[in-house]
Amino acid sequence: MGRTLAEKVWEAHTVRQGTGAEPDLLYIDLHLVHEVTSPQAFDGLRLAGRKVRRPDLHIATEDHNVPTTDIELPIADPVSRTQVETLRRNCAEFGVRLHPMGDAEQGIVHVVGPQLGLTQPGMTVVCGDSHTSTHGAFGALAFGIGTSEVEHVMATQTLPLRPFKTMAITIDSADGTLPAGVTAKDLILAVIARIGTGGGQGYVLEYRGSAIRALSMEARMTVCNMSIEAGARAGMIAPDDTTFAYLKGRPHAPQGADWDSAVDYWRTLRTDDDAEFDAEVRIDAADLAPFVTWGTNPGQGLPLSALVPDPEAIADENERVAAEKALSYMDLVPGTPLREIAVDTVFLGSCTNGRIEDLRAAADVLRGHQVADGVRMLVVPGSMRVRVQAESEGLHEVFLAAGAEWRAAGCSMCLGMNPDQLKPGERSASTSNRNFEGRQGKGGRTHLVSPLVAAATAVRGRLSSPADLS
Amino acid sequence: MEPFTTHTGVGVPLRRSNVDTDQIIPAVYLKRVTRTGFEDGLFAAWRGDEHFVLNAEPYRAGSVLVAGPDFGTGSSREHAVWALADYGFRVVISARFADIFRGNSGKQGLLAAQCEQSDIELLWKLLETEPGTEVTVDLAAKTVRAKDFTASFSIDDYTRWRLLEGLDDIALTLRHAESIADFEARRPSWLPSTEPVSTG
Repeated sequence: MGRTLAEKVWEAHTVRQGTGAEPDLLYIDLHLVHEVTSPQAFDGLRLAGRKVRRPDLHIATEDHNVPTTDIELPIADPVSRTQVETLRRNCAEFGVRLHPMGDAEQGIVHVVGPQLGLTQPGMTVVCGDSHTSTHGAFGALAFGIGTSEVEHVMATQTLPLRPFKTMAITIDSADGTLPAGVTAKDLILAVIARIGTGGGQGYVLEYRGSAIRALSMEARMTVCNMSIEAGARAGMIAPDDTTFAYLKGRPHAPQGADWDSAVDYWRTLRTDDDAEFDAEVRIDAADLAPFVTWGTNPGQGLPLSALVPDPEAIADENERVAAEKALSYMDLVPGTPLREIAVDTVFLGSCTNGRIEDLRAAADVLRGHQVADGVRMLVVPGSMRVRVQAESEGLHEVFLAAGAEWRAAGCSMCLGMNPDQLKPGERSASTSNRNFEGRQGKGGRTHLVSPLVAAATAVRGRLSSPADLS
Repeated sequence: MEPFTTHTGVGVPLRRSNVDTDQIIPAVYLKRVTRTGFEDGLFAAWRGDEHFVLNAEPYRAGSVLVAGPDFGTGSSREHAVWALADYGFRVVISARFADIFRGNSGKQGLLAAQCEQSDIELLWKLLETEPGTEVTVDLAAKTVRAKDFTASFSIDDYTRWRLLEGLDDIALTLRHAESIADFEARRPSWLPSTEPVSTG
């Protein structure tokens, strides 16, 4: 029987097959490191007298804590500063390459890896961050791990793991495109609403079908990024010419004869026609529309044209109770059109939607418009490279002219570990990935949206799509 | 890691599904660089609510958390497990766990016991009608008992074995150092290294 893409990558990285209770031992090609989930792992190595086995397969960046203004100054919050300084000391001691604040390659770890060409098809990629699933857009098997596993990878460059199950998410469309105004973000929010926040548990999701093939690499990264919000271990998309074109010429991509060998191998990384998935989901791209969340988990989403749902109409008791709690926290009344929900903050950025195409899309909507009175809009590029690129295209001038704030790179308001936070009761339209209670600041309320909806919402002050501006 | 065989402690009913790791410990509490002291961040937002279950005696001293389905979703932060363990929890019971949380628990000696939701409903009722009821979790037998209530739970064999023996994962893997070196010798030469390259 044929094998799926995930199974091929798994088998190519099996150091040792599991026996009895012991699982397979999987080799890790690339370990991405940041300041929040690594200090205790480095400490563990020190206590045990261990080294980082392969520092040449590790790369670190500062992203979660870093401020996005005044980055030439020391970090004001002493606890954040200590965490960042600890990463610098650890990387120096253990020989790990680091891109600190102020460095040209600094940025969110999941933006930096692909942009350097370090993320390549068929690799295994891990990081102490759940959005590591982003890298699956290249046909890599990429997943988030906890700090104990971070230490394990540092010490052994492997992880003991049971094979993941496989789920095909097939999204087809007659002409291979998404409906007007529908982006990769809307697509993945619809997938999560369909299978639920636990629907992907234990699975690698492989996104396939004509609508996926037509996506750019950056759009594919948005899709794979949020696989974790469906509970999945990872998301993957088989590499193709779009992937190879994105990689060619990047600093760490293979060159010359190596490039040809690599592409020959990468072309084998597709699910065989006779392979069987453990589960399959099909979505017709024609049914997709701009999608926003109304609740406090990413599965609680609906098309922008819908109304705030009535929990009474939900049959499952757990889901009904969850919806009641969510609406209470979000301060929303059932039956309210989603388009009437007013926000005071718009956040454009994160590892989900902080890439150049996201910034271009939002700038196109904002051009010639103003951010509504009483709304603040933060534009936070995913990396300093993205920031430089945007400035070379004049996008920052569009944002600034509209009244938005143009910031330096980092995770920023996606999780509010730096000063970019919502205040209690504030409401955001956010291109990030999580609308959990308090995620963007204690008492803050989050609606997850695409960059297009974020920009249109900034202009109207209410959840909107670009079509609402004309 | 300390071996885990059986544990008996006060059960805490947490009637919520989708308890994500941002609820278990908000991001502002993740800035420590040490491994201890995370109990103050546990359920930080909810503990501000006087009706939250951990604010009531005798649940305050609980060590067996009984939660709704999809516990530990979201962020990979192992701090969520540390916060639960630092507070005093030894066991979390749920019908479904997020994969990364489940993995993190197994590394830290916190038992993530997966029970049927129907059993959890029964246990919730018992713990709510008789607050302070002790729950006994037997890892060898894979059972949960409290007064007349008995249920079995599931956990993967490898994690169970490691918990029962108190084994360190890294030491287990290092027994295979030779296999790792053999594998490394076979990796294609074009695979990327993070050593700096000229970006021209």
